[in-house]
Amino acid sequence: MHQIQASTMKWRYLQQSLFFALIRGAALIITLALGGIILYIIIHGISAISWDFITKPPTHSMTQGGIMPAILGTIYLTVGAISIGLPLGVASAIYLSEYARQGRMIRLIRVGINCLAGVPSVVFGLFGLAFFVIFFGLGSSILAGSLTLGFLILPTIIGASEEALKSVPKTFREASLALGVSKWQTIFRIVLPNALPGILTGSILGIGRAAGETAPIMFTAAAFFTSKLPNSVFDEVMALPYHIYVLATAGTNIEETRPIQYGTVLVLVTLVLGINMIAIIIRAYMRRNKRW
Amino acid sequence: MNRKTKEIFIKYIFFLFALVAIIVLAMIVFSLFREGMPIFKQVSVKDFLFGMEWYPTYDPPYFGIFPLIVGSFIVTIFATLIAVPLGVLAAIYISEIAPRSIKEILKSVIELLAGLPSVVLGFFGMVVIAPVLQNVFDLPTGLNIVNASMILALMAIPTISSISEDALYAVPQEFKEASYALGATKFETIAKVIFPAALSGVTTAVMLGMARAIGETMVVLMVAGGAAAIPESIFDSVRPMPASIAAEMGETPYRSLHYHALFATGMVLFFLTLAFNLIADYVSNKFKQTGSATL
Repeated sequence: MHQIQASTMKWRYLQQSLFFALIRGAALIITLALGGIILYIIIHGISAISWDFITKPPTHSMTQGGIMPAILGTIYLTVGAISIGLPLGVASAIYLSEYARQGRMIRLIRVGINCLAGVPSVVFGLFGLAFFVIFFGLGSSILAGSLTLGFLILPTIIGASEEALKSVPKTFREASLALGVSKWQTIFRIVLPNALPGILTGSILGIGRAAGETAPIMFTAAAFFTSKLPNSVFDEVMALPYHIYVLATAGTNIEETRPIQYGTVLVLVTLVLGINMIAIIIRAYMRRNKRW
Repeated sequence: MNRKTKEIFIKYIFFLFALVAIIVLAMIVFSLFREGMPIFKQVSVKDFLFGMEWYPTYDPPYFGIFPLIVGSFIVTIFATLIAVPLGVLAAIYISEIAPRSIKEILKSVIELLAGLPSVVLGFFGMVVIAPVLQNVFDLPTGLNIVNASMILALMAIPTISSISEDALYAVPQEFKEASYALGATKFETIAKVIFPAALSGVTTAVMLGMARAIGETMVVLMVAGGAAAIPESIFDSVRPMPASIAAEMGETPYRSLHYHALFATGMVLFFLTLAFNLIADYVSNKFKQTGSATL
């Protein structure tokens, strides 16, 4: 009897070790995949990076030269997207966190936000094309692309902002209201400032998302190639993600421009992951220095 | 304006802002219908959805998107088969087993993976994975279902893992304590207590991961190969719906039949992802984990 029990125990622990090994394996595969991709891009891209690459426009039908117009275009589009997404998203989150009571309407709004978050990026591209480019006659432009990207990142910003607002303790609001301060003043003077780091983190993640998206700007903002820099928000721009796609699939000489492609990928990855890292660091810092 | 009316006024202004997500959703539906519906004057809904031929530039053109729908589903299913075990196991590792320091690192890894632009992953699939597949399996092209599924899986893992992790984390501590008190090992506790209790959350995670994979554009555009035919093996090329839209929209004349057909394909894609999202939402609400009271 004792013997049997010992062997079952042994089997149960063996089972556990096998399972834990499997789990560790899964975690390792994911880490190696990310590490491998990033390392590969760095190794192959670093030789293309130079001051000229970042500050000069492409030459010789994009087979030589730099990617400055694409970097600038991505910055314009991202700034545009965040200036549309952030105010709308934060205002929306304020209602959901500070005013809303449970009910059918709120439930509907939340389902709407979830569904918007799930809309495929290419559908956003179609929407931008039909609505901003054609219906509003904006043409393929920075403005049309920014509006499309702004709505794309809206759910990210609403989610992060709402969480940040909700993490501000109730007592802060109660103390303010007890002093006779009105509700909206409490929101603007007490709740918002305390939620700001969280909102910031969310918007940084939104910026990262907007900078890396390709499909939404393909038909709404991105130019295959423009030799001139944009003069106004109604001009087309080059953009890093679209530039990568173009060079890798439709360039004049795909194999020959590989170094430029790797270089462009490295710049985009550095930009986007750099933005994400900033968000992660800010959040870690916030957690450590929490005042409540 | 007295203080009370002002407060109410402000409240309604914020309410209008809260509606913005729904308004955008409505604008998307409006745009898709406006530009997509005209195709159905020429092609019946049945012929569009189940037609086997997608030759939009032939004369006469054929607008049957069935091969595109099949392409989308195949890469999504294979991607899910890869991403679910990896994503869920990683979530279990993070929430139940990993020491604090490794947990933080792995969470950052998954977050960075989620942040990697899709065009970068597509590029990686094209220049790294495709040649490897082509050489190892001696194929005419490395741009095929296997390649696209692997890359899509990488994109779905962060979604699946982070939502599953939340669900596992929400399982009440008493459940674990009760299980340990009965003499169960950690593995038995995870497999028979924690995981079943978190199952609705994990299901939601899988649904959202699938929605992410089926709607993903750049990856399938760059690595799925682009053949609009029903595949016969997992090494065949396919042309999922997003790839078709992204590749063809640029060279389509404005308001041509082809243009309307691409918008109609967008409608199909939109409603598919909407369905996935609504199912996910339904599952997470219907079988909500509300602490110990659920069992």
